[in-house]
Amino acid sequence: MSYEFLQILWFILIAVLWIGFFFLEGFDFGVGMLLPFLGKKDEERRAIINSIGSVWDGNEVWLLTAGGATFAAFPEWYATMFSGFYLAFFLLLVGLILRGISFEYRSKDADPAWRNRFDWMIAIGSFLSALLLGAAFANLARGIPINADKMFTGNLFTLLNPYGLLGGVTTVSIFLLHGANFLGLKLEGELRKRVNNFAKKLWVAASVLYIALGIFTYAAGFWARGMVNPGIIPIAAVVVLLAAGYFVNRRMEGWAFILVALNIVLTQVTFFTMTFPNVMLSTTNPDWSLTIYNASSSQYTLTVMSVIALIFIPIILVYQGWSYYIFRKRIGTAKKSLIY
Amino acid sequence: MDPITLSRLQFGLTTIYHWLFVPLTLGLGWFVAFMQTRYYQTHDETWRKMSKFWGKLFLINFAIGVVTGIVQEFQFGMNWSEYSRYVGDIFGAPLAIEALLAFFLESTFLGIWIFGEDKVSKKAHLASIWLVAIGSNLSAIWILLANGFMQAPPAASYVFNEANGRLEMVNFFALVGNPKAWIFVWHTLADGFAMAAFLILAVSAYHLVRKQNLGFFKRSFQIGAVMGLIASTLVFLGGHTMGQYMREVQPMKLAALEALWETEQPASFSLLTIGDLTGKQEIWSIRIPYAMSFLACNNFSCEVKGVYELQEQAVEQYGPGDYIPLMVVTYWTFRIMMAFGLIMMGASAWFLYATRRKDYENSKWMKLVPFGALFLPYMANASGWILTEMGRQPWIVYGLLKVQDAVSPNLTVVDLWISLIGYTIVYGSLAVAMVYLMKKYAIAGPDAAMHESVDVAPVVIGSQD
Repeated sequence: MSYEFLQILWFILIAVLWIGFFFLEGFDFGVGMLLPFLGKKDEERRAIINSIGSVWDGNEVWLLTAGGATFAAFPEWYATMFSGFYLAFFLLLVGLILRGISFEYRSKDADPAWRNRFDWMIAIGSFLSALLLGAAFANLARGIPINADKMFTGNLFTLLNPYGLLGGVTTVSIFLLHGANFLGLKLEGELRKRVNNFAKKLWVAASVLYIALGIFTYAAGFWARGMVNPGIIPIAAVVVLLAAGYFVNRRMEGWAFILVALNIVLTQVTFFTMTFPNVMLSTTNPDWSLTIYNASSSQYTLTVMSVIALIFIPIILVYQGWSYYIFRKRIGTAKKSLIY
Repeated sequence: MDPITLSRLQFGLTTIYHWLFVPLTLGLGWFVAFMQTRYYQTHDETWRKMSKFWGKLFLINFAIGVVTGIVQEFQFGMNWSEYSRYVGDIFGAPLAIEALLAFFLESTFLGIWIFGEDKVSKKAHLASIWLVAIGSNLSAIWILLANGFMQAPPAASYVFNEANGRLEMVNFFALVGNPKAWIFVWHTLADGFAMAAFLILAVSAYHLVRKQNLGFFKRSFQIGAVMGLIASTLVFLGGHTMGQYMREVQPMKLAALEALWETEQPASFSLLTIGDLTGKQEIWSIRIPYAMSFLACNNFSCEVKGVYELQEQAVEQYGPGDYIPLMVVTYWTFRIMMAFGLIMMGASAWFLYATRRKDYENSKWMKLVPFGALFLPYMANASGWILTEMGRQPWIVYGLLKVQDAVSPNLTVVDLWISLIGYTIVYGSLAVAMVYLMKKYAIAGPDAAMHESVDVAPVVIGSQD
């Protein structure tokens, strides 16, 4: 396999890992953010948590794998991005720690204040993580100041530009909608009705924000700086999101879930398409951008990693898919049926 | 403090903290899997309760390892970007493989194990806990292979690429076959076993002296004593083997942990030295002749090089600079690790010997000794890591890259103080919650572990109808 082929392959593989992460952990984050608002009673909250209880950790591994794969395949990208987004990633880590520990600890004590505290930590942690990841990706699309030594020269406030913030808020709203659709599929009775009503409102907010982000991206010319024109993909992303509204309003959660999931996937495809072959765009001087060519590992390392990834990714997909199959049933709020 | 010191401090604190919890995860997983297997084979209800009870403690501990582990993976890029650029071509691979092979496995099957008992077959449920134990130990193996490259980079595995100024991998199998790393694996996985055994001993003793669930906890105590002895012996043998490799690949660390200034042949071992460890003002010292030679090469006559000679060699090889690790740290952490390791061997042998009496739960020592012994593996383990990491200074990759050249150049002191204080607060709170829950569940005993929560009071959140 030629060096360039491997570099493109790994760009695609990392895109796939991020897409998998946003698709899977997207509804996790949404469910987490909705938790304290949707669940009034303890059984309801436990049912909401149990809808993702068995899978959230596996979903989060997509992020760890995306990080690890970036380190292995594009060390310069990993180094510049992780050190450049230092404080943002620190807050992201705090968010992930808060929600991760809360899933496991919230039911291990019967004190209502204890449980309530952990429920809010799940919500806040999920919100922080979604916001920061959205803002980070918006900044990658927009470009950040990078010098000739591939080093980020801004600070946290460089990332808090209007486009970055809009990207963050839009991501939060899409994940909320995604989470609401997922819960519509997993819950039953009164709780299901409640989440269906949430979804209607969330769909309006998500659509408005998403279209605003699209217009901003287009008006600022961010979409046309790579080698490949994303063409019809972003338009399709808008169409599926709008079409999801039809099903959200008719409480057809299955279709609504698929369409919003498709929107998330198409958004990521748009992002990676319009970026290619850059991985981090320098606003200081376009020649100093990190690309798949100047940021990648050696041909040997990419070959080794390709063999390993192509063996193990299918196996992972099979057993992770199986775990979703095991827990395919809806979750009631009857105390006896709940696993704490 | 300057950015390098702050980044080092943060990495040290977060890593030691992470590794306070991980060894217990590594070891206890095997115990729970074993207990559930026995239940599967014998349908003996006690085995089932054992897997539930120790499984609860396993889960409370596991959660902290998971959430602090994410920080570990991100920190290389966040705080050590120049390191990541320099060795990413080699070091990134085991990290990515760790995620692909181990993290997916342990997280997915842990979900099935916790939530799937009535949804999958008994066999599949049993397989899940085995896969969790295998997954977490696999992840330890890959991160130790990565660490092994930093400690003793195998010459066959890499080349220096002049064009882009970084190390590149040329032989994956040399990286994976690094003997130093596999001794680490041996030493560390056995340590996980030992830690789990000492937890089981401490908690069991607590209940035995109170005459609660005697059958359950006697069986647990016995398993803990047997495995504690086997595991701490394995840890010791692994450590001893490491000494011989250290003489070859990291002679400076070996000299520093002994505060051996002058080359000696045969070398004596300082049991206790009072002085300032400079070698010039030794006030009082107990030395065991020949012992250092034995530690370093398994015979009583070999030469062990001293710090002075090694410093001169290093200057010749790498240019001017200070190549001596912080002696007071290496000297004392080595002694703490070794002394506590030996006490662990002795204590578990004693516990095992004591169980031959039928009423050993009435013995006075049962009240305090097993509980006190629980702190031994924690202290030994933290000391061991401080020794192995600080003994490598000033290198981040031994002989190839210094710590001072590895740090992220764009980080300010303010950035680092924010994250350092932030991690300290978050990690501190985690520890409080974790110790509270561990204590509560450990004291509540096996019957409570079969229920949702050990608390009796009903939960009321929001309006009740």
